Amino acid sequence: MIMKTLLPAALAGLLCIAAATSSAQPGLKLNVHEYELDNGMKVLVKPDARAPVVVVQVWYKVGSADEHSGITGVSHVLEHMMFKGTKRYPAGEFSRIIAANGGEENAFTSRDYTAYYEMLEQSRLPIALDLEADRMRNLTMSKDAFLKEIEVVKEERRLRTDDSPPSLTYEQLNATAFNHGPYHHPIIGWMSDLEHLTIEDAGRWYDSWYAPNNATLVVVGDVEPEAVRKLAEQYFGDIPAKKLPDRKPRPEAPQRGERRAVVKAPAELPYLMQAYKTPALLMSEQEWEPYALAVAAGVLDAGRSSRLSQRLVREQQVAASAGAGYDLYSRYDDLFLLDATPASGRGMAEVEQALDHEIDKLRTELVPQAELDRVKTQVVASEVYAQDSIMTQATTLGALETIGVGWEAIEAYVERIRAVTSEQVREVSRKYLIEDKRTTAVLEPVAIQPAAKRAAAATEPAR
Amino acid sequence: MRLMVYSRALLAAALLALAPWPAQAGVNIEHWTTGNGVRVYFTPAPELPIVDVRMVMDAGSARDGEQPGVAGMTATLLNEGSGELDADAIAVRFEEVGAEYAGDAGLDQASVSLRSLSDENLFEPAFNTFMRVLTAPSFPPEAVERIRNQMLVGLREEAQSPDAIASRAFYRAVYGAHPFASPVSGTEQSVRALDRNDVRAFHERYYVADNAVLALTGDMTRARAERLAARIASRMPEGEPPAPLPEVQPLDAARTVKIPFPSEQAHIYIGQPGIARGDPDYFPLYVGNHILGGSGFTSRLMKEVRVERGLSYSVYSYFLPELVAGPFMIGLQTRIDQATEAAQVARDTVRKFVRKGPTSEELKLATSNITAGFPLRIDSNADILEYLALIGYYKLPLDYLDSFNQNVEAVDQARIRAAFGKHLNIEHMVKVIVGGDAKG
Repeated sequence: MIMKTLLPAALAGLLCIAAATSSAQPGLKLNVHEYELDNGMKVLVKPDARAPVVVVQVWYKVGSADEHSGITGVSHVLEHMMFKGTKRYPAGEFSRIIAANGGEENAFTSRDYTAYYEMLEQSRLPIALDLEADRMRNLTMSKDAFLKEIEVVKEERRLRTDDSPPSLTYEQLNATAFNHGPYHHPIIGWMSDLEHLTIEDAGRWYDSWYAPNNATLVVVGDVEPEAVRKLAEQYFGDIPAKKLPDRKPRPEAPQRGERRAVVKAPAELPYLMQAYKTPALLMSEQEWEPYALAVAAGVLDAGRSSRLSQRLVREQQVAASAGAGYDLYSRYDDLFLLDATPASGRGMAEVEQALDHEIDKLRTELVPQAELDRVKTQVVASEVYAQDSIMTQATTLGALETIGVGWEAIEAYVERIRAVTSEQVREVSRKYLIEDKRTTAVLEPVAIQPAAKRAAAATEPAR
Repeated sequence: MRLMVYSRALLAAALLALAPWPAQAGVNIEHWTTGNGVRVYFTPAPELPIVDVRMVMDAGSARDGEQPGVAGMTATLLNEGSGELDADAIAVRFEEVGAEYAGDAGLDQASVSLRSLSDENLFEPAFNTFMRVLTAPSFPPEAVERIRNQMLVGLREEAQSPDAIASRAFYRAVYGAHPFASPVSGTEQSVRALDRNDVRAFHERYYVADNAVLALTGDMTRARAERLAARIASRMPEGEPPAPLPEVQPLDAARTVKIPFPSEQAHIYIGQPGIARGDPDYFPLYVGNHILGGSGFTSRLMKEVRVERGLSYSVYSYFLPELVAGPFMIGLQTRIDQATEAAQVARDTVRKFVRKGPTSEELKLATSNITAGFPLRIDSNADILEYLALIGYYKLPLDYLDSFNQNVEAVDQARIRAAFGKHLNIEHMVKVIVGGDAKG
């Protein structure tokens, strides 16, 4: 239930150990090698030879934010279909070949991108590149496979959204906060759109967006950069670039006043989410602002010593859990999020008041230096911890590059965070964390039928 | 952030439960025992300036006895107070040096972990706080009440989740009177009844040197690891290990549990008691299950249930070996009106596999997947730590990693058939279906 803050989670990179003492130190250089093929495909390579393993990721700059009403969810459905075969490697072959080589593979879709990955023993890198290059241009979709896979996706939606009251609440919060812009609809799509999605919709999406000039290859692991560049050239170099569709900006109209949504669903616990409209780094006119918002989110919820845990959960005991999160890396302006579950016997109004009070404090008081330093130390430490996973490193590089801020933003991150002052935290809080830019969604539980509850109770051990 | 990203597959964490955590060849596991009985497992990993420490104890919910939830409450309360430090002070002490602390209880163990930067000035305060919460928690009365409240909220959260309801029902049906039937989170009645003395007594009994395994990895020398181990052990009473858990009895009949729930999907679990860690049939069962439902997109269950029929997003099977026989279980979720069909397909798939075993082609694929993928299993400090704790806690041989691929390659079709035939009885499975109306 606790929403983990994005502050540590969304970022990785930068090995800068002395920085943890919060002395003023510049961020170190990441050893990232960047290339661009003639067809416009970007290649990022980061050597990490701790283990004889390599991660390969292919990122396409297309996600649910590019979809329009009626075909929502098509990016994600296409992601599923990308495993359904090509002429050279028919259905099932992709997974079989990766498996036979001891690899892991999967893919993920977001608002801003769709990404595919393989993780393998390092000498098998060419196998993944061959398969990825093949399905970049040669995907064949059969009607039969599509009709089965769309049912799988509907089951995924039922599992992750429809039967999860907090997820339903988030979906409504998001759709209410963004009432028409690119982030309005859910990544997985509305069920009514999934019901009517066709193989032609998925095919058009593939033809429009899957091209080397809309893709980034990321390779992290026990590799030599120049060798990877040659392999990338060999496998992807002859795939022709395409003219990509125009991306209309579709900015969300300014929000003029607070919005509220109520979600009623079979549930036991009430739940609250709040969202404030905030700038993303990419769109921000003041570059320091997103970093100050990230620090503000950290002051609220970088860990158990942060304000929401310390005050709402432990001191006032008004919430059983409470969280805050802000992600500065997105293609369009995004949300500063709060969530909370009331403690037993405490009401939703009390929880809202307590959250308001914390936001108000950010707007009116300066964060004490010791607290600010602690948040920054946590940020730096989590950057170091992120180095432990080559998958995390690759994912961060790919996401930043695909979103458009460029992977170099990771190098600047610690430095920028460390430069944030208490005055700046107060200033962005005054500017963005205001009622008129807020959306609140409340889950109001509908009683689960007594029969179901009795049966559930009957599953307790009889002791 | 939840829902930021949709994956092609939601691979249940448990799917990997039977996967070992072998190291790349050459990983050096050092093992010693402190004077008062803490078994220590250490692997140096100097590449990153990180230190990982984990203490594992036989202090999971299997030791709850007549007080379901006491193991979980104890583990959760450790960092709520120690001496003059309250929860706020402890949180600040960890976080002002960038350290991450976690403590929680599972079925057959409790574990308390610290991840810290290795710089002496950062690590030392973090490690000191870690030692204090582990060995000298004060369990403040105020914190006991607050954590009780949070546990009760957690139970209500379980009660609105068809998956959590199904999981509880599954363990109860499979384990009956065995301690594994008791949920880690307890019951409303039992959690309300717990008091501070129960938690203190549980800590005194089980958080003792002779019941503890310490795993260490990261940027430190053997000499430093020895000093750290000695320091933490010296603060723990020697104590004694608890009596072995009772053996798990096999089921004597099939049993179906149907629980109505107002959900779009039915959550289905099918299974029975599996094996204990260290079972001689581990490798044939591991490789066999890899083929049946443990290898994601190439597994039989995935092919039959998802690829061929589009019935479920996630479908898997696993053995979860514990100190005594943990479960074998199959899990899937499907639209309510397809529940009977999906459960039947899953059952038929298992039945066929138990009777006939894998094809030689399937075995070849699984063997090459597992052996060629060996380096992936331990390519991070986090993986190494998991693996040290696993080997140490279950007393697996120290050469477990070095001989891992060899043991996988020694598995043949006949051994898989024999092991599945011996350990699984398809006629005596528990089937739990949560969702839809009671008639289902």
